[in-house]
Amino acid sequence: MSFTAKHLLGIETLPPAAITALLDRADHYVDLSRSDNKHGDALAGLTQINMFFENSTRTQASFELAGKRLGADVMNMAMQASSIKKGETLIDTAVTLNAMHPDLIVVRHPQSGAVDLLAQKVNCAILNAGDGKHEHPTQALLDALTIRRNKGRLHRLNIAICGDIAHSRVARSNIMLLGKMENRVRLVGPPTLMPSGVAELGVEVYDDMAQGLEGCDVVMMLRLQRERMDGGFIPSEREYFHRYGLDADKLSHAAPDAIVMHPGPMNRGVEIDGAIADDPRVSVIQEQVEMGVAVRMAAMDLLAQNLRAARAAQGAA
Amino acid sequence: MTTTLITNARLIDPETGRDAPGWLRIKDGLIAETGTSGDPGPAERLVDAGGHCLAPGIIDLGVKVCEPGERHKESYASAGRAAAAGGVTTMVVRPDTQPAIDTPEVLEFALRRAAADSAVNVLAIAALTKGREGREMTEIGFLRDAGAVAFSDGDAVCTNAKVLARAMTYASSLGALIIAHPQDPSLSAGAAVTSGKFATLKGLPGVSPMAERMGLDRDIALIEMTGARYHADQITTARALPALARAKANGLDITAGTSIHHLTLNSLDVGDYRTFFKVKPPLRDEDDRMALIEALSSGLIDTISSMHTPQDEESKRLPYEEAASGAVGLETLLPAALRLFHSGQITLPRLFGALSFGPAKRLGLPAGRLAKGAPADLVLFDPGAPFVLDRFKLKSKSKNTPFDGARMQGRVLGTWVGGTRVHAP
Repeated sequence: MSFTAKHLLGIETLPPAAITALLDRADHYVDLSRSDNKHGDALAGLTQINMFFENSTRTQASFELAGKRLGADVMNMAMQASSIKKGETLIDTAVTLNAMHPDLIVVRHPQSGAVDLLAQKVNCAILNAGDGKHEHPTQALLDALTIRRNKGRLHRLNIAICGDIAHSRVARSNIMLLGKMENRVRLVGPPTLMPSGVAELGVEVYDDMAQGLEGCDVVMMLRLQRERMDGGFIPSEREYFHRYGLDADKLSHAAPDAIVMHPGPMNRGVEIDGAIADDPRVSVIQEQVEMGVAVRMAAMDLLAQNLRAARAAQGAA
Repeated sequence: MTTTLITNARLIDPETGRDAPGWLRIKDGLIAETGTSGDPGPAERLVDAGGHCLAPGIIDLGVKVCEPGERHKESYASAGRAAAAGGVTTMVVRPDTQPAIDTPEVLEFALRRAAADSAVNVLAIAALTKGREGREMTEIGFLRDAGAVAFSDGDAVCTNAKVLARAMTYASSLGALIIAHPQDPSLSAGAAVTSGKFATLKGLPGVSPMAERMGLDRDIALIEMTGARYHADQITTARALPALARAKANGLDITAGTSIHHLTLNSLDVGDYRTFFKVKPPLRDEDDRMALIEALSSGLIDTISSMHTPQDEESKRLPYEEAASGAVGLETLLPAALRLFHSGQITLPRLFGALSFGPAKRLGLPAGRLAKGAPADLVLFDPGAPFVLDRFKLKSKSKNTPFDGARMQGRVLGTWVGGTRVHAP
């Protein structure tokens, strides 16, 4: 097995072989999830805590289901309503939880780097479920799995990531993952939503959808993150939809067999035309959700294996 | 008063550019004589420098001592010990305390605490506006009478140009020096790092280096308008340097400093969200750092400061965006600065030109040189002595140094303030 990390904090530090190992394992869990008996026992006896410092319905449900399918005891903590409000620091929260002997902690936090900080203070496996504008590794992995299953490969593809790159951790994780797997990645969006220095990450940058989508095999749309914006990045949503929203006309520039992806939740009529999102011939958006559960099962399975191995080694020593 | 003779020294005099073997005699707290050869004559106390460097003590322009308000982070006693250990003989302290040093009464409190507890000289910068809020000017005249050597709102940039212009006009009539933080605050609001590839990779809010240029450009226009005496606390970007050079060439009364952290570290050092590397303004790209070193050796940059800013562990052990800015630097200023000497980028006299002589000249102090009659504020150091920095051995109460675990060279062997030895290893 070539996924040997203690935590899954981001794609940045994962070697390509680890990505492949995770995706191979996830394929197995897609089959399990489609069967009548969805239960595995990879996490039996382990405790999984979902700590979400930021609202999430989809990701949290996906992690919860993944843990339960593998037999973990899953606890959800809505951190916005908890002791954080009473002034407890992130580190104190982590240390307190750590004393309860969890085995896997899934964390989402509005601050970039907060999950890394937490990982330094606990002795269980940490999964990053999204930290600020930094990384969202399981989303990139589920996107990769979706692409691999639809295109039959995860290399030498033309992939366009479109829209609000600046505020997107999904974009950062995807840029890194798709780059590591040797794809040609293009970023398309208005220059105000393009983070500085992004061209140095080995991508091509476009501010025009027709040019950016030309011949693309995969079109990934991003949600316009209105809640993260602290000023006027675009003149209006209707102008944004006109210039950057994915509709049939813009999609016609992509390869004839292109697939359309979106990490959800969607703003219909802002970044994507509802008709495209619902068109089963091009849209794989629902499949992404399914892959999400499988990828999270795989990630927690492999992390738990590493955790058990580390504990056994510690016990032997 | 006794006489002390330091022999067998390598004299570094930034005023004359001298870097030569010699001896130095201290009498009545002043430098009585220096010589390169001949018989120095007798003395009551003799120090053999062992061939190591003897230079004018460092005048650190912009030290934060957290009195009044946050003595748990740094007191005059702890800062004084740190300064003496670092070869800093004069701390020019910042007014960004709680409350701010913005009245003669608070200033008097700070100076009284300093006189009682600090082994090294302390001079104070007073706030330029009340509460550093950028609305009303402080009692600049009274504060000057009470001992303020300069006026500054620290990193709280005065956004109202009319208020700043009036304060500058008033200060210039008194000949008072204004120290400002060149930055456009609307552009830099919320930023934790410098914008660019690193900021994007780490998902941290960045500020364009242009914000510093814009702040400096505005201030230069106001200097031209008011005739103020002006010092920029930290110039840290390549883009701001041409504007500074033009303002100097145009004869404006402007000088500029930079921080030791911007001279020796760059934005990539932040790495995996290491908050001890969070300073204000944020660390810059390597190109900026190289441009700063060049500006330092050409004399365009006049002073180097530690920008000593103590922060306790609680304010730093937070997600990067939430963590407090600032790093302690009194004890690491000299060894960090010597990195530029060891890399061959700058000579020792020029280095002390920015560490000692430059600040002295700007503040009108007689120190900062090895001339006869100057105060015997001196540092004796071995520039080559290697060590690995352990932050828990720092004398500062706060241990937030970016150099923890760093390999450094340069050990202070002795510090004299007014002829009295205040530090020996």
